[in-house]
Amino acid sequence: MKATCWTGRNSVEVTEVPDPKILNPRDAIVRITSTAICGSDLHLYDGYIPTMEKGDVLGHEFMGEIVEVGPEVTDLKVGDRVVVPFPIACGHCWACEHQLYSVCENSNPNAGLAEKFMGHSPAGIFGYSHMLGGFAGGQAEYARVPFADVGPIRVDDDLPDEQVLFLSDILPTGYMGAEMCDIKPGDVVAVWGAGPVGQLAVASAYLLGAERVITIDRFPYRLDRVREYTGSETLDYEEVDVLDALADMTAGRGPDACIDAVGMEAHHPTGPLHAYDRAKQAARLETERPHALREAILACRNGGTISVIGTYGGFLDKFPMGSLMNRSLTLRGAQCHVHRYLRLLLDRIRDGDIDPSFVISHRLPLDQAPQGYEMFKHKENECNKVVLQP
Amino acid sequence: MNAHQESTPHRLARALGWGSLALGGLQLAAPDTVRKLAGVDDSRASRTLVPMAGVRELLHAGPLLVSREPAPWVWTRVAGDVMDLAVLGRALGSRSGGRGLRTGAVTAAVAALTALDVYTAARGAGATAHRRDEDNALEAHAAITINRPRAQVYRFWHDFSNLPRFMDHLESVEPRGQGRSHWRTRGPLKRTVEWDADIVEDRPGKLIAWQSVGRTAVENHGSVWFSDAPGGRGTELRVHLAYEPRAGRLGTAVAKLLGEHPDQQVHDDLRRLKQVLEAGEVVRSEGSPEGTRAMRLLRQRPAQPLVSG
Ligand SMILES: NC(=O)c1ccc[n+]([C@@H]2O[C@H](COP(=O)([O-])OP(=O)(O)OC[C@H]3O[C@@H](n4cnc5c(N)ncnc54)[C@H](O)[C@@H]3O)[C@@H](O)[C@H]2O)c1
Ligand SMILES: [Zn+2]
Ligand SMILES: [Zn+2]
Repeated sequence: MKATCWTGRNSVEVTEVPDPKILNPRDAIVRITSTAICGSDLHLYDGYIPTMEKGDVLGHEFMGEIVEVGPEVTDLKVGDRVVVPFPIACGHCWACEHQLYSVCENSNPNAGLAEKFMGHSPAGIFGYSHMLGGFAGGQAEYARVPFADVGPIRVDDDLPDEQVLFLSDILPTGYMGAEMCDIKPGDVVAVWGAGPVGQLAVASAYLLGAERVITIDRFPYRLDRVREYTGSETLDYEEVDVLDALADMTAGRGPDACIDAVGMEAHHPTGPLHAYDRAKQAARLETERPHALREAILACRNGGTISVIGTYGGFLDKFPMGSLMNRSLTLRGAQCHVHRYLRLLLDRIRDGDIDPSFVISHRLPLDQAPQGYEMFKHKENECNKVVLQP
Repeated sequence: MNAHQESTPHRLARALGWGSLALGGLQLAAPDTVRKLAGVDDSRASRTLVPMAGVRELLHAGPLLVSREPAPWVWTRVAGDVMDLAVLGRALGSRSGGRGLRTGAVTAAVAALTALDVYTAARGAGATAHRRDEDNALEAHAAITINRPRAQVYRFWHDFSNLPRFMDHLESVEPRGQGRSHWRTRGPLKRTVEWDADIVEDRPGKLIAWQSVGRTAVENHGSVWFSDAPGGRGTELRVHLAYEPRAGRLGTAVAKLLGEHPDQQVHDDLRRLKQVLEAGEVVRSEGSPEGTRAMRLLRQRPAQPLVSG
């Protein structure tokens, strides 16, 4: 089959690899009909997530048709149309029983490696480094899905791929980001990052009752999209000082909750901190450039919440701990516990409360994945989200 | 287990120790040269900071060069790196031109060293197995929580024929009745090693202890304790294994079965046990098709489907 393989920093290739086969009784094989490139894939592409190997099949946002099931998968059958959550979860450990699917205790065969970096291991993830399992991903024609009796959700034929594909990751991720803000009536929520994840976090914050949502980025075409599809107010951080602007917009209080939908490769407008973070990250330690996170902490109102859905890989410096501690802030973060939100969000899509397909800007055949990565990385051609069709 | 065979983090840590010694010496003997190199020769504070950093480097060098397990001491260097980077970061912000460039270059170099230090320290963290050199014995300990009732976990272990399902170095264990069992290994050995073992203590739901009997290439004993995890979290399981390989080629080979990191290996065994009891199977990925296995961590396949057949 054809698959998008990581071949080194800033390089992916679509090449011929063996077809996947069932390895375990709870596996299923999916023939992929739609798959997407995620901001998380860019961290791999840029080489900031350690433990990648040449030839790794990328991709963790995919859906398709079941073509084979292992003997223990009784609730799915060949021909079913499914969306697959990006974290792999066993369904039976303590974490899974508590709906903390992205920290499933059993799904990472390379847990020992992750422990070295993080203390304890999170769940395995499709196509997302060997530290997180070494699972082949879904930017391909087929994928093997472990624990298929727990993860994939069946979807009816009347909803097109584009409306349900993002159940695999960015819709639940945006939703969880907003949910972690514990939104109360009158709350103002600020969202850093107007990428697809940020955009869906904004939409979700409105769904969950936010009074106002303010989105921060520097790409006008992305800010336009957020304004148009969600009604959010926007700030271009190259035009204004974000902290001043937010303080002003909230009459000095600061946003009640701040969502970081940027992650480890934040861009800095200026300043010595920029040189500092560049130098440290250039060492290719999984050190972060946490500019958005620092700003989110400083901006947040006293006693407020910072919800981190942007991805971080390792260690970061110049972290405003004093602000966090003295001002009674709450910091939360997670890889999305996708399984938790599948049913709920599928229902909301069906009811017409949300249609996440507004994030799509480009549809390409799988063969053109390399162009898709380049365009998405450099935000060329007003690229917002790339969907690939095998 | 050969205690003299030095692991990669071990050798790296030693090299870093020599580096600390050289740098510390230079900072103390020729502080002005160092200040100029770093582009901070215009700063009064650097006149005291640089020799102080020198003293610190010498303090790092000591344990790194003489300790039997130097890798953990690398964390002291990491702390030093962070201090340097903080100072340099501040210096960077206030300098421009050639001086700023030099400060930038040194900052980048220190950042690179920080990466190496963190890598070495982190890699070394798993490498402290319990060795008793005198008698060449090898001990390993590991614990895990399994989200299953204690009676079930106990019963599963008590049937020794289940052990090879999660103990990587075992090919088979056949119960022979009256608490005796026959164990057969697999692994990097040309021939399998076999021995008989007796259950020497059995407290239902609490403890199983066993011990090899008679003359074998590898005398060994082990025990596993079961207790309730608090708040309905299942069962806490603690395993202790001890091997006393006899001198000679076979003995050494047997010791290799447990590899460089016996604790890690036993821990991996317990992870597989947890997978089997909770998820019903040993989880496999394309990078680790055999499932959790310490050896595999260092030599991953690409995350690409296996060739069929
Ligand atoms: N937690 C999860 O489960 C999860 C799931 C999916 C994605 N993610 C992460 O979410 C993040 C965003 O993903 P995406 O697909 O939207 O990526 P993206 O690259 O399209 O979007 C990131 C956006 O952040 C903006 N940005 C950069 N620096 C900024 C700054 N200082 N202030 C404000 N905005 C800034 C960029 O201009 C860009 O528009 C990534 O880190 C990704 O890994 C996390
Ligand atoms: Zn993603
Ligand atoms: Zn689980």
